[in-house]
Amino acid sequence: MSDPALRLTGATIGYGDVAIVRDADLTVRQGEAVAVLGSNGSGKTTLSRGLLGLATVLGGTVEVLGSPVGRLRERGRVGYVPQRHTVSGAMPATVREVVGVGRLPRLGLWRRLGPRDRAAVAEAVDAVGLADRLDDPVASLSGGQQRRVLVARALAAEPELLVMDEPTAGVDAASQMALATVLARVSAAGTTLLVVTHETGALSGVLTRAVVVDSGRLTYDGPLAGAGPAGGPDCHHPDEPAAPPVRGYRLDQPRPAPDAVRVRDGSR
Amino acid sequence: MELLEYGFMQRALLASLMVGLAAPAVGVFLVQRRLSLLGDGLGHVALTGVAVGVLTATAPVGTALVAAVLGAVLIELVRARGRTSGDVALAVLFYGGIAGGVVLLSLAPRGQATNLDAYLFGAITTTQASDVAVFAVITVVVLAVVWMLGQRLYAVSDDEEYARAVGLPVLALNVVLAVLVASTVVLSMRVVGLLLISALMILPSAVAQLVGRSFRSTLLLACAIGVVVSVAGTAGSYYTGTPSGGTIVLLAIALFLAVTAGVTLREATARRRHGRRAEVHATHPHEHGEGCGHRAVPHGDHVDYDHDGHLHAPHRTVSGIHYDEHSERAVAAPPVGTERP
Repeated sequence: MSDPALRLTGATIGYGDVAIVRDADLTVRQGEAVAVLGSNGSGKTTLSRGLLGLATVLGGTVEVLGSPVGRLRERGRVGYVPQRHTVSGAMPATVREVVGVGRLPRLGLWRRLGPRDRAAVAEAVDAVGLADRLDDPVASLSGGQQRRVLVARALAAEPELLVMDEPTAGVDAASQMALATVLARVSAAGTTLLVVTHETGALSGVLTRAVVVDSGRLTYDGPLAGAGPAGGPDCHHPDEPAAPPVRGYRLDQPRPAPDAVRVRDGSR
Repeated sequence: MELLEYGFMQRALLASLMVGLAAPAVGVFLVQRRLSLLGDGLGHVALTGVAVGVLTATAPVGTALVAAVLGAVLIELVRARGRTSGDVALAVLFYGGIAGGVVLLSLAPRGQATNLDAYLFGAITTTQASDVAVFAVITVVVLAVVWMLGQRLYAVSDDEEYARAVGLPVLALNVVLAVLVASTVVLSMRVVGLLLISALMILPSAVAQLVGRSFRSTLLLACAIGVVVSVAGTAGSYYTGTPSGGTIVLLAIALFLAVTAGVTLREATARRRHGRRAEVHATHPHEHGEGCGHRAVPHGDHVDYDHDGHLHAPHRTVSGIHYDEHSERAVAAPPVGTERP
């Protein structure tokens, strides 16, 4: 536990030679659960992509699990849940097959999934509450369930650091609750969480620290509670209630308009 | 079987069996990756290899294999650069390939160049005994690589960004897939033809994806369909005297249209019957499941959810999930349209 999970020192991250995030300093200890907040276009997704080697580090240093990001050999130690609403590609695939992909980084260049891997896949699917859908085609699942499949795919790798991009956006309440439960469990087991999001909503019980990105700069770094009720001081949702919208109502009560549980500006 | 008495027919049927098996096995990954026309492009490139083989009096199968594999590697490297010029570079390579092939073949001694049609569209009389051996090796290698690396090829074809983020060797896997496609193209040059091979990669996959539930079953079904249309088309062309490649592709298209029509019809019928029998909650506000807040009620082979006194049965459809009313009475003897408790 000596190396921090993440250490950014004067990091500038972008695409090509265009800098999006500038001069970021951030250290995340192993086992922390951090929200990266900010409005659309603030650079919070670019920040997370920089940690995954999907965006270019243009200046400063970005260290992930003790190695410079470009030289991290065992990328499989990092789990990633992309910002995608659906899983389904052109061809049919079952939940088991999609989640099985998560095990591949641990298997070297050519080994196939073994009994140990299949057990981890089943466990990850069970953790997100979809054990009864293991052999169903992902296309038959709802959007929220498909997002949980993507979470299970990341969990199947048993990562030390889990990076998630908008895991709750546009997800139904049952899936949000399932997600909060599973994240609380992996966090308690010592996995470092980095959740990029507009609103902490259902996850505010899990995340303890918040970093706010605004126009490519880190403007806040501290306890989640201090980052403001609905996603930070710079979040552009002035009309939102002070309490996180999803947590506030029970399922058997009349539902608020669907918009209230979605991200309002329709991010991808 | 009269057609099995001829040596050329035996060889043609063997070649069609192998190409029918291998082409869909790599084709499913191309469909998944939305790169359906890669096989077509590599077919163009292979033609230059064929021409070089004809001109230098070496076996054209070998030279075509070299040309197609080189083209495949080049294409993936250009794609990996990710520049906008990549598209143009591919066009240069593809059309350069076919133009080079046509021009080089025209330089061949008289009588040779008339074989162009056979290379492009397939012919049953052209498979040599030595070809069959080479084809067998290619088929075994292609199927072995797909068996071994299939999960990784699926991962990269499905979500390249995720594969990159978790450290799968994306470029290497893309090159492997392109080389598999190139090898399969060469396999096609006798019975299917270089211009038509792409159809045998794509169409069986397109049929299988309509009915498959898992990637694995879709792949196996695509291979089965490939073998059936390929062998049937080759045998058919013996009786009709038509080019085997065109015959095979038309068969595959006919099958594709028939299955599409069948699936559409089945879904429409199921939807109509369903709409009559049950109250349909098309816009159910949330999804029942573990922890949804409603009591789960086991009901025969499935679980209903007690939603304010209504038993809701989750029901999967192609477009997502919706809920039927399942009272005890309604399931025991479903009366038409009177299901509300």
